Amino acid sequence: MTGASILEVRHLRKLFPVKGAGIWRAADKSVHAVDDVSFELGRGEVLALVGESGCGKSTLALTLMGLETATEGTVLFDGQDITHLQGQAMKEMRRHIQMVFQDPYESLNPLITVGELVAEPLVVHRLAQSREERASRVRQALEDAGLKPAETFVNRFPHELSGGQRQRVVIAGALVLEPIILLADEPVSMLDVSIRAEILNLLAELRARRGISILFITHDLGTAAHFADRVAVMYLGRIVEMGPMRQVLANPAHPYARALLSVIPVPNPRQRRERIILEGDPPNPIDLPPGCRFHPRCPIAQPVCLEQDPALNEVSPGHQAACLLL
Amino acid sequence: MFDFKHAPILLDIGHLSVDYVSRDQPPAHAVVDVSFVLREGEILGLVGESGCGKTTLMLSLMRLLPAAGRIVDGQVNFVGRDLLSLSEAEMTDVRWKDIAIIFQGAMNALNPVRTIGDQIAEVIVRHNLAGNKNVLDQRVSELLELVGIGANRKNQYPHQYSGGMRQRAMIAMALACAPQVVIADEPTTALDVMIQAQILELLMKLRQKLGLAVILVTHDLGVVAEICDSVLVMYGGVTAEYADVNTIYNHPQHPYTQQLLGAFPDLSRPRDELIAIPGYPPRLDALPPGCRFAPRCSAAFGRCHYQQPALHRVDGFHVASCHLVESR
Repeated sequence: MTGASILEVRHLRKLFPVKGAGIWRAADKSVHAVDDVSFELGRGEVLALVGESGCGKSTLALTLMGLETATEGTVLFDGQDITHLQGQAMKEMRRHIQMVFQDPYESLNPLITVGELVAEPLVVHRLAQSREERASRVRQALEDAGLKPAETFVNRFPHELSGGQRQRVVIAGALVLEPIILLADEPVSMLDVSIRAEILNLLAELRARRGISILFITHDLGTAAHFADRVAVMYLGRIVEMGPMRQVLANPAHPYARALLSVIPVPNPRQRRERIILEGDPPNPIDLPPGCRFHPRCPIAQPVCLEQDPALNEVSPGHQAACLLL
Repeated sequence: MFDFKHAPILLDIGHLSVDYVSRDQPPAHAVVDVSFVLREGEILGLVGESGCGKTTLMLSLMRLLPAAGRIVDGQVNFVGRDLLSLSEAEMTDVRWKDIAIIFQGAMNALNPVRTIGDQIAEVIVRHNLAGNKNVLDQRVSELLELVGIGANRKNQYPHQYSGGMRQRAMIAMALACAPQVVIADEPTTALDVMIQAQILELLMKLRQKLGLAVILVTHDLGVVAEICDSVLVMYGGVTAEYADVNTIYNHPQHPYTQQLLGAFPDLSRPRDELIAIPGYPPRLDALPPGCRFAPRCSAAFGRCHYQQPALHRVDGFHVASCHLVESR
């Protein structure tokens, strides 16, 4: 980790109540989307949050942004509790934590020019005093996002841009507020392979030059491996392994992390490896299995795994895993 | 390991070119002079970025091009039959019975109000392979078991299936008339890596068990390295490079193949920096005059910008369309 943490998440829980059928049945069940998650994000750090769809990684990001209200737990931003901020205070906080979404085709209004799209956050937050200041900040943000020279882009519409350029516009829209944290939710999964690398390199450069902290949310460990410092692997709403990226790649401890790593295709036919393929799908997050939530699919589960719910334990300095058999 | 190079040839595509025509514009050359062969039990990876013509190529060999599409040159031979000269009725028989295609996103096109078993049975009935009801029922159960779905789930509806199971059901459907070739267009793109691994494992099992040949259309170089025997890399409608999988990954000759590999994250080498390919793939209505990759190529020289390179043979069936390969 680099420096003190800018974001600290403690025992965060987000449950979505499920309505029972008929008027007499109370809503007594819940989807455990995020279930007791704790982690820290260091200043200038890139933390990859990896997991399959439905593991709760996107809900976690929305909860951090205050777009979903946390059921339990706290989120500290720079030491300040932001879990239940409202109104002006919430708006102020969001300036510092910006989000980049997955789909640059859907997240840009097709009727607004690139210049206006990027200027909008400044207007919302009343950050630019004059027209000139606004224009210069927009230009700076576009160039920082790699859209150079900015003048050739400000008057264009999203449909005139390629997928990679659109995602750069989305990133510029986040950068214009000079955020401290960027939450990037699958920022490259909609892009072509040759374009992905430049967006990943751009994010790496933003961290290096501006010291932005990045929470990189993805189902593809491969894309995160190249620039994340640390990785947290999520399964059914819980972090099951967390540690320095290189260490987790080299020595994954949790059986789920081991399986996940083994099935990520490596672009080298000479390295066809033994894959640990887990059968079926993750269980329903409404009726969680007793004990360790991974035990029904775990290739090495023991009787004890049906009884105890494992917590994260240190396996080596800075590297933790939640497995009873370690 | 299975050596596909000596297996009998099933599909032989020669110099295939496809145009999209419109009334007020010159034709767009979507596929130009593409050749490849597919042998029994072979898994061929068709790799390229969006708009490179890979889906058009697959549609044309199934003769399913949209109205504006025209096959302007080339042959498509399936075990000695020229598919391009067949009547529409004969071609209808080839589809599903000889060659089946799983379209991109097809698992989301399952009819939500009919059971999975019913939808698989329909394919068999349509091709008059049903026999009586018991035989049909038996066959549907068999197909589902083959793709790893319990026959007891045959009467369930698509919404009761997970994404991975729906994709398996699509594969069962493609296998319904026992084809020798299955074309799978991005079959794992929307799926999680674990489900993707399950589907890839299934394709390899089917190849082994049924001698099935598969054309896997994908942009994921990792997936190709994992399961394919041979690889055809397309760029801007043309063949950039075609070779067996080891050659493509370890001795790529075309700069596009080389740069594409350099841009793809490799978990086994996390320390290496990703090198992005500058620029964007060409649009079909604005192709560069010379080599289609020249504007983005780091090795381009004078000739590349005005003269289109021919397909040069490197050795064996390894070919690459690059002026640099010719001068070597």
